[in-house]
Amino acid sequence: MLLITCPYCGPRPEIEFAYGGQAHIARPERPVELDAQDWAEFLYMRTNPKGVHAERWRHTHGCARFFNALRDTTTDQFIATYRTGAPRPDATETAR
Amino acid sequence: MSQTFRAPRGGRIDRDAKLRFTFDGRSYEGQAGDTLASALLANGVHLMGRSFKYHRPRGVLSSGSDEPNALVSIQRDAARFVPNLRATQVELYDGLVAQSQNRFPNLRLDLGAVNNLLAPFIPAGFYYKTFMWPRKAWDRLYEPLIRAAAGLGRAPTEPDPDTYLNQYAHCDVLVVGAGPAGLAAALAASQNGGRVMLVDEQSELGGSLLSSVSARIDGKTAPDWLAATLRTLAANPAVTLLPRATAFGYFAHNMIAITERLSDHLANPRPGAPRERLWQVRAKQVVIATGAIERPLVFPDNDRPGIMLADAARSYLNRYGVKPGKRVVIATGHDGAYRAALELAAAGVEIAAIADMRQAPTGPLVEAARAAGLTVRTGCAITGTHGSLRVTAARLSPLSSDGKLGAPRMVSCDAVLMSGGFTPSVHLFSQSRGKLKWDDQLDAYLPDLSAEQERSAGACRGRFGLTQALSDGYAAGASATGAEEQRHFDVEALEADPRGVVGAVPHDRGPGARAFVDWQNDVTTKDLKLALSEGFQSIEHIKRYTTTGMATDQGKTSNINALAVVADQSGRTIPQVGLTTFRMPYTPVTFGVLAGHARGDLFDPIRRTPIHDWAVAQGAVFEDVSLWKRARYFPQGAEDMDAAVARECVAVRNSCGVFDASTLGKIEVVGADAAEFMNRMYINAWTKLGVGRCRYGVLCREDGFVMDDGVVGRIADDRFHVTTTTGGAPRVLAMMEDYLQTEWPDLKVWLTSTTEQWAVIALQGPRARDILSGLVQGVDLSPEALPHMALAQGRICGVPTRLFRVSFSGELGFEINVPADHGRAVWEAIWAAGQPYGLTPYGTETMHVLRAEKGFIIVGQETDGTATPDDVGLGWAIGKAKPDFVGKRSLARPAMSDPNRKQLVGLYTADPHLVLEEGAQIVASAGQTPPMKLIGHVTSSYHSAVLGRSIALAMVQGGRARMGQTLYSPQAGGDISVTVTSPVFFDAEGTRVNV
Repeated sequence: MLLITCPYCGPRPEIEFAYGGQAHIARPERPVELDAQDWAEFLYMRTNPKGVHAERWRHTHGCARFFNALRDTTTDQFIATYRTGAPRPDATETAR
Repeated sequence: MSQTFRAPRGGRIDRDAKLRFTFDGRSYEGQAGDTLASALLANGVHLMGRSFKYHRPRGVLSSGSDEPNALVSIQRDAARFVPNLRATQVELYDGLVAQSQNRFPNLRLDLGAVNNLLAPFIPAGFYYKTFMWPRKAWDRLYEPLIRAAAGLGRAPTEPDPDTYLNQYAHCDVLVVGAGPAGLAAALAASQNGGRVMLVDEQSELGGSLLSSVSARIDGKTAPDWLAATLRTLAANPAVTLLPRATAFGYFAHNMIAITERLSDHLANPRPGAPRERLWQVRAKQVVIATGAIERPLVFPDNDRPGIMLADAARSYLNRYGVKPGKRVVIATGHDGAYRAALELAAAGVEIAAIADMRQAPTGPLVEAARAAGLTVRTGCAITGTHGSLRVTAARLSPLSSDGKLGAPRMVSCDAVLMSGGFTPSVHLFSQSRGKLKWDDQLDAYLPDLSAEQERSAGACRGRFGLTQALSDGYAAGASATGAEEQRHFDVEALEADPRGVVGAVPHDRGPGARAFVDWQNDVTTKDLKLALSEGFQSIEHIKRYTTTGMATDQGKTSNINALAVVADQSGRTIPQVGLTTFRMPYTPVTFGVLAGHARGDLFDPIRRTPIHDWAVAQGAVFEDVSLWKRARYFPQGAEDMDAAVARECVAVRNSCGVFDASTLGKIEVVGADAAEFMNRMYINAWTKLGVGRCRYGVLCREDGFVMDDGVVGRIADDRFHVTTTTGGAPRVLAMMEDYLQTEWPDLKVWLTSTTEQWAVIALQGPRARDILSGLVQGVDLSPEALPHMALAQGRICGVPTRLFRVSFSGELGFEINVPADHGRAVWEAIWAAGQPYGLTPYGTETMHVLRAEKGFIIVGQETDGTATPDDVGLGWAIGKAKPDFVGKRSLARPAMSDPNRKQLVGLYTADPHLVLEEGAQIVASAGQTPPMKLIGHVTSSYHSAVLGRSIALAMVQGGRARMGQTLYSPQAGGDISVTVTSPVFFDAEGTRVNV
């Protein structure tokens, strides 16, 4: 079971969290102005990297806050967790 | 005469405590401290099981968790019947009842042994080739036969009556394995006050020290040093010592799963006492000190009872005071077996010969054996054995340095002790996703790159021998606490050369000889060769084809030998062959301990409404809706569900019914931007909804499909009372929070789940106002003051209420929200007030029929995640002037307005008494045969007592353009003719709610 560091609460076991998919995908300001292709890109297309992935988690059974994390999908090691809205940290600087 | 093979002295057993037990119905005696295996051996019983496939008689091979042969069933009573336990791990207690497995009618005479004669016809993968045709024979003949033959022990016939515990724990250092390395690691790790857990699968901590009689550590005998060390550790309050605790799984981020056996070793466990405990330990650092497993020699007929691992024999002699036989042959390629020979000889066992495959073994143990006058034959291979239910002789052949075999010689014996050396037990390390590296010197895979915060110590990383294990363990324990500390242990012991032999022993026995590699799965060298000759190259494929290294054993004794045989046969090196995955659990784990308390009523949480007990008292029948218990109907007398529902429906339409709607999800949306937030989330327009008014809201996902619905009341300018479906509340709140926190954090809105704060009493029917009027204070119930889709705040029975005038039945209706604690009292007050009107309690089934008569959808029943609001007739709800809402852009996709989309319609069956199956498919014409073009499906179907006929809702392609068409539902008994109609079957004008 993963140990996830909530930026608000600290390290907690995985069962307290819900996964929230890829991070840093902002909903378009005015969706109606997007053409079908761009809307489909926003709605459906996600990366599936082997390696460092920026993803959303929610501390559902804790503070209930969403936050972002950098996780290496090959090792399940978390490189960083950070608050929603903060820029993606440099993975190389924050690696263990 | 009993216990004839019990040595006159020695061992850690209690010689004063005799225990009676039975094996296959026969009584035996053992001593406290015995395992079932050691007690049977003390009685001269080696035959403990039949092999999996060939039903060959098998004795005990090892003395621990690596035992592949001696699998037994232990029975306490009908429910407490545990199959497939290793006799080497079953602690003896008085009255223990054990049975052998995989034999009929009994262990000595097993009809299944015919498989052994058929062996030439059933090699690896035979069932893939044999049961090919006729195809039809699979279902009725082959599969039942194979299933009957497969498996080992049988399952208990009654539910498990035992209880199991679950415990989370945290520690600084978890040490797995309490042999010399683990003990030293625990000593080092515990010196700086850190929390240390030391766990070991055996009944006593100590590992190899438990069967060490000659070694001395720091001037003490091994048992004395062990006792002193355990006293030191036990005296430290920060140290937890857990015997009988198997670390069976290594999970991400240093979560180790451990199963601790609490009562299986007791003769009379206290009734109700837990049987096992699951520990889930999160360790900052893990020291793996799991030792090594002795490797058998792979030679023809190496599986007869009486043939066992040399170090197992040492363990039986030194720990349990049991001799493996009277006259033994030692066959080895490793020094360790000499230690067994010396100790057995000292205990009075005749050593017929030590046959060493190596040409010129040297070292202190070899010299000691020679000095003791034991017959040492070097350059001598074991090439066969005699005996049926027990080995009677060993076939020893001279083996020259170039691999040539000389003339064999039979040596009579009643036991053969073998050793090919030791294989580091890297199961846990491998489970942790650490990378292994092949070591050419030791012929072993050793831990290399770590993936977790762990380190291996001692024999499990190739640091064999007591001296190395102790110092390596100590250094590992110290470094786990961040210290770089060494300690010298003063060890007096004859150390063995760590090198041994791997792979098959050369033999001259011809192609018929069978040399077993994997005892548990009956895999021989021939099977591995066959797999290679049939084109299997990858070790993962060979494993699956031959089953080597599979199942509960996970290749503990067999892995390296199998790799070596494959490497040898395919002209590759072992690292080229690779390694199969070590899977958890390390040894089998009971389902009971994994389930813990999560069984029966505690399997899932159960949610009950404040009115639940009232419904129980009224004899309601309940159904599960998500985690809630909901009253489904209230039968009177001998009524069945149909009769009860018909009566309840008529009562609501004619007078009044009362319904517990407390399970509805409720979310309080509050804040200056609450209306803007609602505008963005829901498809509806909210800006103009006045305070004190309600609106039916529809929530879409961003892809435009209906996700949830519910009535929303505006309590104040900045406050909405949002209701959701019963099952949808958590995901609606999660979705709202997601948008609020991550997309629109600028909005001043706060969301609170109030589902359990409000009890909701739905009062529905033409007399609802009459019943309610005497109960409310400060609320004007008149149609003018409180029209349909209005809400009032006031009091009922003196209790604050949010009183919604809404209807999910099509009748005049009120949903009375009161604080949950007052729900029961208000319900009963309404119940009493309703008596003159024949007020009738109704359940979810009647609620469903009433709403279906009105064509109201249920999300998840009419919708399936691919329905747009317009598909289910809710296009009118969309706030078309809004610039944006969740799902708006997706709804503008051309496919979303395709006129041929499935749309909600009503269906009338030609036969008014026939109720369609929900889920039934709809086709356009009668008499079709598969494959048919399916144009729709039935989503809801009921008998309507009020209409006196059946009704159905359906999603049909282009349905709204098909009004009046005749369609068909193909059924096994023939097509059912249906007519497409409006989904609103009753009171289409909606006059009844506006009274």
